[in-house]
Amino acid sequence: MATATTTAVHDQHEHPPAGIMRWLTTTNHKDLGILYMSFGAIMFFIGGAFIVAVRAELLLPGLQLLSPGMYNQLFTLHALIMVFGAIMPFATGLNNYLIPLMIGAPDMALPRVNNWGFWILPFAATLLLTPFLLQFSGVGSGATGAGWIMHNASLDLQSGIGIDFAIFTIHLLGLSSITGAINVVVTVLNMRAPGISLMKMPLFVWAWLITAFMLILAMPVFSAAATMLLTDRHFGTHFFDAANGGDPILLQHLIWFFGHPEVYIVLLPAWGLIPHILATFSRKPVYGYRAQVYALWTICFLSFIVWSHHMLTSGLPLAAEVYFMYSTMAVSIPTSVLVFCWLGAIWRGAMTFETPMLFALGFVAHFGMGALTGLILPAVAVNAQYHNSYVIVSHFHYTFFGGGIFGMMAAAYYWLPKFTGHMFDEKLGRLHFWLTTIFFNMTFIPQWFAGLDGMPRHVADYPLKLSAANLVSSAGAFLLGLAQLLLVYIVVKCVRGGPKATGQVWEGAQGLEFTLPSPPPYHTFETPPEVK
Amino acid sequence: MRKTGKQLTLLSGIVPFLFASGLAHAKSIWDFQEPVTPIAHDSMTVSVDFQRIIMVIYAVVFAIFIYSIFRHRKNSGVQPAAFTGPRTKWQWALAISPFLILIYIDYVLMGIPAFHSIVNMEDTRTAAEMVVKVTASQWKWQYEYPEEDIRFVSTIATTQEQIHNKKTKGEHYLQEVDNPLILPTNKKVRILLTSTDVIHSWWVPAFGVKRDAVPGYLREMWVNIDKPGTYRGQCAQLCGDGHSFMPIVVEAIAEPQFREWVAKKKAEGSLAETAAGKVWSRNELMVKGEEIYKRVCIACHQADGKGIPGAFPALAGSKIVNGPFLDNDDRLIKDGHLDRVMNGKPGSAMQAFKNILSDAEIAAVVTYERNSFGNRMDDMVQPSQVKALR
Repeated sequence: MATATTTAVHDQHEHPPAGIMRWLTTTNHKDLGILYMSFGAIMFFIGGAFIVAVRAELLLPGLQLLSPGMYNQLFTLHALIMVFGAIMPFATGLNNYLIPLMIGAPDMALPRVNNWGFWILPFAATLLLTPFLLQFSGVGSGATGAGWIMHNASLDLQSGIGIDFAIFTIHLLGLSSITGAINVVVTVLNMRAPGISLMKMPLFVWAWLITAFMLILAMPVFSAAATMLLTDRHFGTHFFDAANGGDPILLQHLIWFFGHPEVYIVLLPAWGLIPHILATFSRKPVYGYRAQVYALWTICFLSFIVWSHHMLTSGLPLAAEVYFMYSTMAVSIPTSVLVFCWLGAIWRGAMTFETPMLFALGFVAHFGMGALTGLILPAVAVNAQYHNSYVIVSHFHYTFFGGGIFGMMAAAYYWLPKFTGHMFDEKLGRLHFWLTTIFFNMTFIPQWFAGLDGMPRHVADYPLKLSAANLVSSAGAFLLGLAQLLLVYIVVKCVRGGPKATGQVWEGAQGLEFTLPSPPPYHTFETPPEVK
Repeated sequence: MRKTGKQLTLLSGIVPFLFASGLAHAKSIWDFQEPVTPIAHDSMTVSVDFQRIIMVIYAVVFAIFIYSIFRHRKNSGVQPAAFTGPRTKWQWALAISPFLILIYIDYVLMGIPAFHSIVNMEDTRTAAEMVVKVTASQWKWQYEYPEEDIRFVSTIATTQEQIHNKKTKGEHYLQEVDNPLILPTNKKVRILLTSTDVIHSWWVPAFGVKRDAVPGYLREMWVNIDKPGTYRGQCAQLCGDGHSFMPIVVEAIAEPQFREWVAKKKAEGSLAETAAGKVWSRNELMVKGEEIYKRVCIACHQADGKGIPGAFPALAGSKIVNGPFLDNDDRLIKDGHLDRVMNGKPGSAMQAFKNILSDAEIAAVVTYERNSFGNRMDDMVQPSQVKALR
């Protein structure tokens, strides 16, 4: 792990333009980081509002609030927004702000591209939501309701304009992600301060470098699949159209070839930042640095060769089923290396439990559940009972929310004083953690049992015997949503003022970013710091 | 800081409790629905065992985690250690052993039985005693017994009033159909699956099988039901607006009763043959047509024939319904009313009903549509016409 011996000389004579123009024209990595993170936070609440409506429909058996078509749109948009609009942009914001600070670079390598990459996002989000809003004025049949990954090719072909909008959204998101990823790769490989060799980089930088490679490999496949779907829909090709000799299963292969790495694209940034937080609040160096770097690379590799475990009921040949079962089980090995290292990080430390640490520990506890439930899923014969049931819904929310969102929350609280220069309200932060933990489990534990009892996912209504589980889960979801409003209050309060944060912020914090004042000046490390 | 510690104790108490509470019951919440086929028995054993294993792993890891949180705290005066990895042989052994255990669980303890279950699950042909073909379409299942020449469609029996909370919901709300699939017990039945429109998935939890019905493909699976009874499931693949309303009901009966049922069904089939031959009155067609409409068409075109704007076209006042359906030479007019019903509209949810409905049923439902919802064509279609046009 790199440690700085001198503070950089800061060039203070250049100031950004005032007002809105600062944010529109900025190529500054910190400004763009803040834009990305704010965008992610806003989308988190939009995606959350959609799922609250879905859970409201599921509160009681029978249809009360939504038509089945509207229901399908809402859960599809929820997933697309949460994955592509909330978690990924927020993680990109963190990398924008932190990578140059962590490796002692003055900015990202390609600042103009960086600005472009961000400003694609609001347009992509608008495009995705346009058909949803249009339907209320009687135009079109609404947004896509075919599931976030659009894996039912024949359904995509017969659906309305929502799918076309989603396809163009995917193209834009692909552009944004790939420009962002190239920027990370170029920055990390070329702009590290002298003395920071690859194996001395902070783990967060490693995790993002690997994520960037995964994005560059996986995103084009998704865009290509979406384009093939578009030409099938409008230009007379028959890639996926069974009636004309096309293959609906081909779309599943293409989309999951992207979709599985995507799971790790969402999780890797969180896996990278958790060791920082655990080390800081345990007042210990990172445990098993090399092991974690190798584990991250192994997961990156494995993620590209296990995609069909999402398709185990689609009728794969026997050999493929056996292969995808055993290769998927292999993912558990590097993943448990990470968990082992997280335990190693806190073992015999001198821990304190500030909000970021609570979220980091919550991350370990919940992600552990997500990972272990994932251990059962590849067993093909049993998978027939789990697949497309609420067991899966519960499982991936333990990884995406329990892992991804808890990780992002930990990061937000950890670096918030660094970004704003103020400490946040610690008491409220802890309250936010406990409410989130309790209501998160209240939402997703009942779903596991509803799934075991035979509740398929994507349904707007369910048999009466599943009422209790759904009632508890819905109540949990509403409260979980309410608890997140506390986060808004805490962040706004922290931005506006509060006790001054020191440069170091946390007693045990290490790393170059903590050698700078809080908030860091607009330009940092214009001459590279000296790192031993 | 002490307070946080207490809160963590609370959490560590709640989570294992939630996970352990199920273990006390006979049919516990950890189980699937009661299994009645070899595959389902096998899956449930594996599932329950695996859940136990991961709970043990979780409990051990969580215990270490909690222990550390309580012992290694700054305010209890611990000096933080500075190690960054295992150093002694003993520590290396400690670090490596969890992974060896994990590899053992993955590839031996669970991996080997899992391999045998896959082979067993995929062996659809050895000693298969009968074949049933399932054809999925939006939002109904067609069941076919090729050897017996029996074919019928199965759709949801729960009414729209119940779904929209206007009437009390029955015991089997959403999991009841008009024509259940009838299967004999203690017989290996090979089930072939395909779809006419989008991908669906046939899932009956008690049978332990779920397989996608993919247009353009024939997929297969098998069941051998060991206990007579009624088993319920539903479509498990998002297939459009009616996905939630595509239940599966299977009635498993002993072989002799099954034979009786086959004989009865065959007699009905020859009745339909006769029905296609006779001349029907307008009234007969309207009564029969209304019955078919409510069973087959209502999900999309709605009870009032007004469809769902943007998704499903209205029949009330429709140009197609209120237009001619045969040309001067008694041939189908392309995209006319009867053509749409018989041959469907490619690329839409409107399917070719000539594969699903009998001659009399098609004639009746077309007649009904032409003379309902404000449509007054005052004409009718005879089953014999439909028969000739097939």
